[in-house]
Amino acid sequence: MSSTLLFFIVLAAMALAYYIGRQRAIGVVGGVSQINRLHSLPSYYGYYAALLVGLPAMLLLLLWVGLQGQILTALTLAELPPEVTADLSEGQLSLLTSDIRNLASGNLMGRDPSPAVEAAAARFQQLQQIATLSLWALTGAVVLAGMAWAWQHTKPSFRARNRVESILMLVMILFSLIAILTTLGIVLSVLFESIRFFQMVPWTEFLFGTRWSPQIALRAEQVGASGAFGAIPLFTGTLLISFIAMLLAVPVGLLSAVYLAEYAPRKVRAWAKPVLEILAGIPTVVYGFFAALTVAPFFRDLGQSVGLDVASESALAAGLVMGIMIVPFVSSLSEDVINAVPQSLRDGSYALGATQSETIRRIIFPAALPGIVGGVLLAVSRAIGETMIVVMAAGLAANLTANPLASVTTVTVQIVTLLTGDQEFDSAKTLAAFALGLTLFVVTLVLNVIALHIVRKYREQYD
Amino acid sequence: MQTKQGTNYPHEALNAVATMAAIAPHQPASEPPMNTTAEAIAEKRRHLTADSLSQDQSTSTTVGEITSPNPCMVCRDVNVWYADNHAIKNVSLDIGRNEVISMIGPSGCGKSTFLRCLNRMNDTIPVARVTGSIKLEGEEIQDRGIDVVPLRARVGMVFQKPNPFPKSIYENIAYGPRIHGLTNNRAELDELVETSLQRAGLWNEVKDRLDAAGTGLSGGQQQRLCIARAISVSPEVILMDEPASALDPIATAVIEELIDELREQYTIAIVTHSMQQAARVSQRTAYFHLGDLVEVGTTDDIFNRPQHKLTEAYITGRFG
Repeated sequence: MSSTLLFFIVLAAMALAYYIGRQRAIGVVGGVSQINRLHSLPSYYGYYAALLVGLPAMLLLLLWVGLQGQILTALTLAELPPEVTADLSEGQLSLLTSDIRNLASGNLMGRDPSPAVEAAAARFQQLQQIATLSLWALTGAVVLAGMAWAWQHTKPSFRARNRVESILMLVMILFSLIAILTTLGIVLSVLFESIRFFQMVPWTEFLFGTRWSPQIALRAEQVGASGAFGAIPLFTGTLLISFIAMLLAVPVGLLSAVYLAEYAPRKVRAWAKPVLEILAGIPTVVYGFFAALTVAPFFRDLGQSVGLDVASESALAAGLVMGIMIVPFVSSLSEDVINAVPQSLRDGSYALGATQSETIRRIIFPAALPGIVGGVLLAVSRAIGETMIVVMAAGLAANLTANPLASVTTVTVQIVTLLTGDQEFDSAKTLAAFALGLTLFVVTLVLNVIALHIVRKYREQYD
Repeated sequence: MQTKQGTNYPHEALNAVATMAAIAPHQPASEPPMNTTAEAIAEKRRHLTADSLSQDQSTSTTVGEITSPNPCMVCRDVNVWYADNHAIKNVSLDIGRNEVISMIGPSGCGKSTFLRCLNRMNDTIPVARVTGSIKLEGEEIQDRGIDVVPLRARVGMVFQKPNPFPKSIYENIAYGPRIHGLTNNRAELDELVETSLQRAGLWNEVKDRLDAAGTGLSGGQQQRLCIARAISVSPEVILMDEPASALDPIATAVIEELIDELREQYTIAIVTHSMQQAARVSQRTAYFHLGDLVEVGTTDDIFNRPQHKLTEAYITGRFG
């Protein structure tokens, strides 16, 4: 709470610093009429002062808030009598710590605290007060120092604009680093968990095994839970459903893109495009119950009426609904690349007496093909990673089959089932989810890289 | 010639124009009616806007001979609207067989629009509306019922910016014959590609790399490739919309020479911004202004003895 208040105080200080810095710059040259003598516009001197006041203070605040809890806890624990902490396991220690913290912040505990804990809590509170006071003092000092520095450096020859711009560039680099580092962190955490998994299950079995049955016996005498981690049925299931989805999405998306880009009158385009985009805006969970409650029973009943055995959670139903979900994706990407084909090529073809369909088939389509392929590959990686529809509409049985009427399961469905509910993070069953995630990540990454490469190559073509 | 320097009154400027226009046609061709000092030209430009000129002399009736003794295309009372914008106003013009007719005029005057009427390329623009009569060898092409496919095979077109298809050189030329089914086998197609490239003067430069991409050629070569592509379907008329404006002077000279050679076999209508080019390649010249066909005549007459003072002002470089 107090740090939030401090944050707003620093913001106010920045605003004030801007005003002072600007006035100072004008004052240094002796009035508004003389501002030509300044290297930069007066407002840049204001920005410079504001940044100098704000940035260090914000950084300090951020570091302090991030580290305060840990440091204070460590200090408190160090002061506890050694016999209290002597033979505690890691888990018990963290329990003790949270007891102390709860007590310090005034929360009620279920049981009466021991005197040692009470003393520690009091000490913790005391430390917290000291920390807060020193934070306020330090922040105030930093703010004043920044202001003083800016005041001192405001001279006509001072290149405030260049300074401000390079500081802003640094800030932008920092923010893009945050995005990159987050990605890296996610990949690494998945990678490390996967390595733990591969220590328990050999990677050859995981990648080439044909039986998936991740149940592991908790007790020795349990039956039917041997644990098999062959991921092939999952990947074939994923590929089967994605293939069915693409079988629907590519023709429908592509032809609607050609119609919208080349044939549709302006009025039709004006309402057809938004409708397609609405299709893209439907949450996948809605598609999911559409698939599970409407499409799958429909195919099952249809199958029964013609004497076919269709599973009630067939790959066909999940794939078709996923295909519908991807249609707007394919169509809008394809429409973009078709529109990117220069009008001059169309004119050239028409001027030779080609019809519209000849022009589309023989000029526009070949010219746009690389871009269309790129778009389709992006759609494929979307289909492979799609979770919600298959969780609801595809089954859980890891069948190794190419029959679209049978029930199959996918990588994403298995990850969801492995990680929902209470988990223990040292069993192969749970860790398998990370290995699956990593493999899925690699597959979609490769697809995306290929797709982006193709799209980029295509872009250069008309230049 | 004396103009009133430093005046700011439009009517005085107009008087100056009237004087000028009265003198100009009688001047010998060797001495173009041009004031050469930069200040004088700048001064004239400031006053002689096209609008002030057109108030003085009507542009609604065309000056000069619109008919041709041996017409290939006959256009009468052609009007074009782009939505509400009246882009071409009652233009009547013959295009003679085996002649090069050039269309000149300031930007936005409708010369390209008129050219695009001749093979109904304006059909590709949804808001364009064309009225009037355009006949090709006596056959009306303006009927909605007529098929534009054979029409465009007979009236080919070359565009301002070279627009080779992103295909090989061979495929660029073979495209037209293929869609019209002009050849029966590969050997005939090969021959047609070769003769088309030869007529466009490109064969010697590309005969060893017919499989290379057409887009990899230089700008001038690309434009000749587009001309070869237009020739490949044996048109009767070739329309050229500023075919050399995106090219350097040497490539331009090659194209102009080519146009002159092509005249023996084809009727050519060319839109150009370069008056030197019009003078060099064409036999007849039509001057367009704000949708009106102001004056038509032999190129020699238009450039040396213009009748209409808008024409005269344009070709002497006072606006445009």
